[in-house]
Amino acid sequence: MTESLIVLYGALPYLLRGSLVTIAVVAGAMMLGLVLGIHLAVGQVYGGRWLRRVIGVYVWFFRGVPLLVLLFLFYFGLCSLLQINLSAFTVSVIVLGLISSAYQSQIFRGAIMSLPQGQLKAARALGMSDGKAIALIILPQTLRLSIPGWSNEYSIVLKDSAVAYALGVMEMMARAHFVASRTYEHLPLYFAAGFLFMILTYLGTKGLRILEEKVRIPGYSA
Amino acid sequence: MADTVPILRIEHMTKRYGDKEVLKDASLSINKGELKVLIGPSGGGKSTLLQCINFLIKPDRGRIWLDGTEIIRAKGKALYAYRQKVGMIFQDFNLFDHLTALHNVQIGLVRVKGMQAKAAKERATQELDRVGLKNHMHQYPAELSGGQKQRVSIARALAMDPEIMLLDEPTSALDPELISEVLDAIRTLRSSGMTMIMSTHQIGFAGEVADELIFLEKGSIVETGPPAKILYDAEYPRTRDFCSKITELYANSSS
Repeated sequence: MTESLIVLYGALPYLLRGSLVTIAVVAGAMMLGLVLGIHLAVGQVYGGRWLRRVIGVYVWFFRGVPLLVLLFLFYFGLCSLLQINLSAFTVSVIVLGLISSAYQSQIFRGAIMSLPQGQLKAARALGMSDGKAIALIILPQTLRLSIPGWSNEYSIVLKDSAVAYALGVMEMMARAHFVASRTYEHLPLYFAAGFLFMILTYLGTKGLRILEEKVRIPGYSA
Repeated sequence: MADTVPILRIEHMTKRYGDKEVLKDASLSINKGELKVLIGPSGGGKSTLLQCINFLIKPDRGRIWLDGTEIIRAKGKALYAYRQKVGMIFQDFNLFDHLTALHNVQIGLVRVKGMQAKAAKERATQELDRVGLKNHMHQYPAELSGGQKQRVSIARALAMDPEIMLLDEPTSALDPELISEVLDAIRTLRSSGMTMIMSTHQIGFAGEVADELIFLEKGSIVETGPPAKILYDAEYPRTRDFCSKITELYANSSS
């Protein structure tokens, strides 16, 4: 028991450095997913039939294929096919980001569709282009409404990031596995890794909760 | 009369959805300072006609002249410029929910007209003052009553310096007690010389302020004339029927 704790204590700084890698992967993926997801959602709601169909297939693909398959497909498959040399870290961010963009697009799409569309008419009637109306009127409200769904998506991406271990990205899970397989202290190490994930989930969702409260439009009930 | 160019003229406006013709060959013209009121049963094409005028609904056929200039190729910058000159008030107000009353009025000035924020704020404040809402300008739509929201939307449209205003049943979504404050704002607009086309069921108000009533049913303009004629001496039985029914209902709620 004491021995386990000593191993764990010694490994903790190493695990914590791994949590920074995890945070970087998740932050990168969520941002990529945000930027792409907004565009996909706008395209899916306001785009023509052809564009909507393409986006539909994109969303289907990234929601339909397992994360591990996509990681291998991109890292071992596409990168060598296209002769590009990307690090495992970069590929993990990109793949998690693309998958997240598919999910996030549906969060935003739902939020856009729940807005009273008369506001878009009013913006057009003032002489705004559709682009301006969407950027200035629709999206600020969409993003506010999307925070609870986004918080959910964050906790999923955070946990999914552990799969980047399979490409050799030295995030928390990879480091826990590395120490555990050398010290045979599996229980305390995986427990610690799991606990660190829980802490990150808590911090992220708590932060988003605070943000949600901060940007709430006065007069609307929470 | 013949030598004055109407400020707005539309001809042969037609719109169909599938098999259903919701607007059939509607034509009208309006001179500066006039107020014309569209009346008729719901679903008769009033709203479609108004929204075709500023191309919120794209008409299948029809021509539009503003100030004697025909609006052709209504897209892109030409369309945005035209819409700035045609203010619109909606039944459901359609205020921007995430912006204060002040910013609702200001956003068009800054983002469409390209005004400096400070000048725009001044102008917006002035417009809100005109509709009696200076004290509410930092409130959000959800904190305002229906009548206040509609007055903000009037201020928002007026700030753009439109040449004509389209009002699509501006009081239909309001509690009865709040209707008069919006009608008062429209009366003030009228006496300031604003040209307006308005659809409403407030027949008493229409009779009092309109230069002309236009009876629309099943997508067609059935009859046009001065209020006294349309309300009490209409040519067509359908107009008479509608007016007598609606007068019974609404006549007393206009003041």
